[in-house]
Amino acid sequence: MTWNTWSEFFAMGGYGLYVWGSYAVTFALIAAEVISLRRRRRAALRDARSLRTSEGTER
Amino acid sequence: MTGRSLPRGGLAASGRSSWFRFASPQAFYPLAGALAPWFGIAAALLGAAGLYIAFFIAPTDAQQGEAYRIIFIHVPAAWMSMFLYVVMAFWAGLGLAFNTRLSGMMASALAPTGALFTFIALWTGALWGKPTWGTWWVWDARLTSELILLFLYFGFLGLQAAIDDPRRADRACAVLALVGVVNIPIIYYSVQWWNTLHQGASVSLSKAPSMATTMLAGMLLMALAFWMYSIAVALLRARAIILERERRADWITQAIGAGR
Repeated sequence: MTWNTWSEFFAMGGYGLYVWGSYAVTFALIAAEVISLRRRRRAALRDARSLRTSEGTER
Repeated sequence: MTGRSLPRGGLAASGRSSWFRFASPQAFYPLAGALAPWFGIAAALLGAAGLYIAFFIAPTDAQQGEAYRIIFIHVPAAWMSMFLYVVMAFWAGLGLAFNTRLSGMMASALAPTGALFTFIALWTGALWGKPTWGTWWVWDARLTSELILLFLYFGFLGLQAAIDDPRRADRACAVLALVGVVNIPIIYYSVQWWNTLHQGASVSLSKAPSMATTMLAGMLLMALAFWMYSIAVALLRARAIILERERRADWITQAIGAGR
């Protein structure tokens, strides 16, 4: 094991800002993509449903 | 006579339809919905294993200390940025050649994820460059061509958004994507063709790996995780695009009326 304590782990040998800055932005962007994708799907579903009701097609 | 010739035609038609069946958005939509969660789960598991190796198994680098641990996302993200572009251009070209609706949708579904990984490659590269090279950015061949890749993705997305008719947008974007493919070998071979600050290839098929086995294992697991993630996200985005573009179709009405 490389790390003896958690603070040593977070310090990353003095490179903490660079290492964690890389990982944090990567995961933030991945989370943002997943959330925006979910929103896009919901909006598309809403549009498709409203189109169906406005055209009067019953279930 | 005619009775005998019928099965031949029928066989050919059924053979063709089994190949082309999933080329229709109607058949692809449920298939993508069924597959996407599995790719998502695979991405999470591979990512967890990769991160564990990256932070708890892989040793400290003799030259770069702990700063090198950026490699576990930087290199896989850079690979994905190039690979996704090639796949996107492949679908775009297929759409141009065969005029299939789904091809353009797939190309559009891949573009945002490709742009995401390109940005991650550039961002992590800058954060890696500062402590090791002493600078966030240099205008050298590798970095500049990767930045051009980001602009190609932005150009694709911008062009798609600018043209109202999706089929026309697909064709215009396909031309852009295909022209931009020339940038991919330039990125890949830039470290050989030009004298750059960027180090050479981390992994090569022709040479024995120059890094510790655990480092390589962590990097490959992260690459696989990004790969699975990209497939999952591309499938889900393709589904959203199908919903947006085909919302007037009867099968959509049935699909969203019956299930979710």
